[in-house]
Amino acid sequence: MHTTENKVIISALYDDDDVLLTGVKQVKDKGYHIEEVYSPFPIHGLDHAMGLKRTRIAIAAFMYGCLGLATAISLTYGMMIVDWPMNIGGKPSFSWGENMPAFVPIMFELTVFFAAHLMVWTFFVRNGTYPGRKAQNPDPRTTDDKFLMEVELGTKGSKEELVSLLRDSGAIEINENSK
Amino acid sequence: MHYEAPIREPLIIGDKSYHDITVDVARPVETKAPRSWWIVFSLALIAFLWGIGCILYTIGVGIGTWGLNKTVGWAWDITNFVWWVGIGHAGTLISAVLLLFRQKWRMSINRSAEAMTIFSVIQAALFPGIHMGRIWLAYFVFPIPNQLGSLWVNFNSPLLWDVFAISTYFSVSVVFWYVGLIPDFAMIRDRAVRPVTQHIYKILSFGWGGKAKHWQRFEEVSLVLAGLATPLVLSVHTIVSMDFATSVIPGWHTTIFPPYFVAGAIFSGFAMVNTLLIIVRKVFNMEDYITIGHIEMMNIIIMLTGSIVGVAYITELFMAWYSGVEYEQYAFLNRATGPYWWAYWSMMTCNVFSPQFMWFKKLRTSLIFSFIISIVVNIGMWFERFVIIVTSLHRDYLPSSWSMFSPTFVDIGIFIGTIGFFFVLFLLYARSFPVIAQAELKTILKSSGENYKKLQEKDAHH
Repeated sequence: MHTTENKVIISALYDDDDVLLTGVKQVKDKGYHIEEVYSPFPIHGLDHAMGLKRTRIAIAAFMYGCLGLATAISLTYGMMIVDWPMNIGGKPSFSWGENMPAFVPIMFELTVFFAAHLMVWTFFVRNGTYPGRKAQNPDPRTTDDKFLMEVELGTKGSKEELVSLLRDSGAIEINENSK
Repeated sequence: MHYEAPIREPLIIGDKSYHDITVDVARPVETKAPRSWWIVFSLALIAFLWGIGCILYTIGVGIGTWGLNKTVGWAWDITNFVWWVGIGHAGTLISAVLLLFRQKWRMSINRSAEAMTIFSVIQAALFPGIHMGRIWLAYFVFPIPNQLGSLWVNFNSPLLWDVFAISTYFSVSVVFWYVGLIPDFAMIRDRAVRPVTQHIYKILSFGWGGKAKHWQRFEEVSLVLAGLATPLVLSVHTIVSMDFATSVIPGWHTTIFPPYFVAGAIFSGFAMVNTLLIIVRKVFNMEDYITIGHIEMMNIIIMLTGSIVGVAYITELFMAWYSGVEYEQYAFLNRATGPYWWAYWSMMTCNVFSPQFMWFKKLRTSLIFSFIISIVVNIGMWFERFVIIVTSLHRDYLPSSWSMFSPTFVDIGIFIGTIGFFFVLFLLYARSFPVIAQAELKTILKSSGENYKKLQEKDAHH
């Protein structure tokens, strides 16, 4: 029976982003699963070609922003209206609504603060990146000018078929490794 | 796919490949510092140490060591604070606003401009801290329970808004900068030969590997951060201006302050970016990436914002006259013709007159001229803050309280110290960080590189 524990991965190295992108499309068309692509810079349209879903990190940022706004409202309400109301410069402190215009800068700043920082934390956590982590790219050349595509062999085609497909698409190096 | 109109000037000059960009960006990090770097670094370090001495003296003895008096209670400290915050604004403007406007020329200058932002906000934040006098009580600016039965901060006060604005601005700028740096640190890590270098950049790069999903998130995060940083940068100087505008001091109490301060901030910030980059491109041989075209673009922005600032000055004068308020009228008459006339006219010459030279293409594409103007603008913008702060204060309502301000050696020492500190940070950055966002720059090589553009043109003629 086929198990996922011993996946055979064929990795192909390219030296041009356009060639890689065409390669990705060809491999995908043949029904192979592309395990990963490592590139030195973001390639426009690659996520679409690989069939990756849209990232939801912007939605997360919006919710973090709402949390920041709620924090600002509670801080200003709790401190200035409930706990220790003070008459400062004749600005009304009877209710939060009346005093609200003076709180707009705080509400804005905390919205931005929460949205930005929590989004970046989410970015690091979802990517599994943290200080001192071992490099995620198997080939150090992929942060310079090379592009690496990892294709899962799967059960569909033969190895020779995939290798020749990759070679024809313009790969300059093809290796086999198992995960 | 990589098409760009041939009429646009190339942003990367020469016959470059992706690998060439890698090598060129990594070179300053991988090679030994030139002698000139050590000379400038030593000078900056001496100034910084002198500044630390003056700050310690201030903290030990009190702000009586400054030239402040009963009438002029704010002077160089707040001038320096506003000046440094203003300089910081260009970095965010380049990296965030120009990202939203899809201006590709930002890519080879945004890294250094953002570094400048962070380092200058550090200088700015020093001043309110030491101006408090008792810096060990600085935590009182944060809304945290304290020994006074939880006497909270005053959320109605622009000074507190400033605390929130500056801390948000600083910390968001740092993460924006750092997220962009991670792929470039990874590039240096993967090239490093010495184990120590490898280890340091392994820590700094967070293990980044350039996976497709990660790049997708990276682009989204950059876009959202730019969207957040754009209103943020406008809010920061708006709030700084409210420190003045919400008071009832003639000369300060004007509604034009927020837009006028923001324009001035962008103006001075771009001047500082020009000052730094004209040197960086020369010392690190980055002329192919930071081209004359880049310098010209920044000069145009300096010209535009300088003119906006000029209009604001004139509007202020008009409003003072038109308001019919005697105190307001006197404040402005006193600025232009009173004992501080020389500061006012230095400001006018440096900020309104000097940028107008940039209408001439010959002048705005001249490196030496751009460098001189960038220095002139920075001097002018320092005078602007001095004029606003000191000349509005020194003639109090009671003529018996009228006085003048003259700085002591401590005032001067702290200011020079922050300039030293700024350059110490910037010089260290320039030797250890990738000064150009190379990952981003590689994405435009095929559309805006000189060699690729020539190739395109050749194809088009067939």
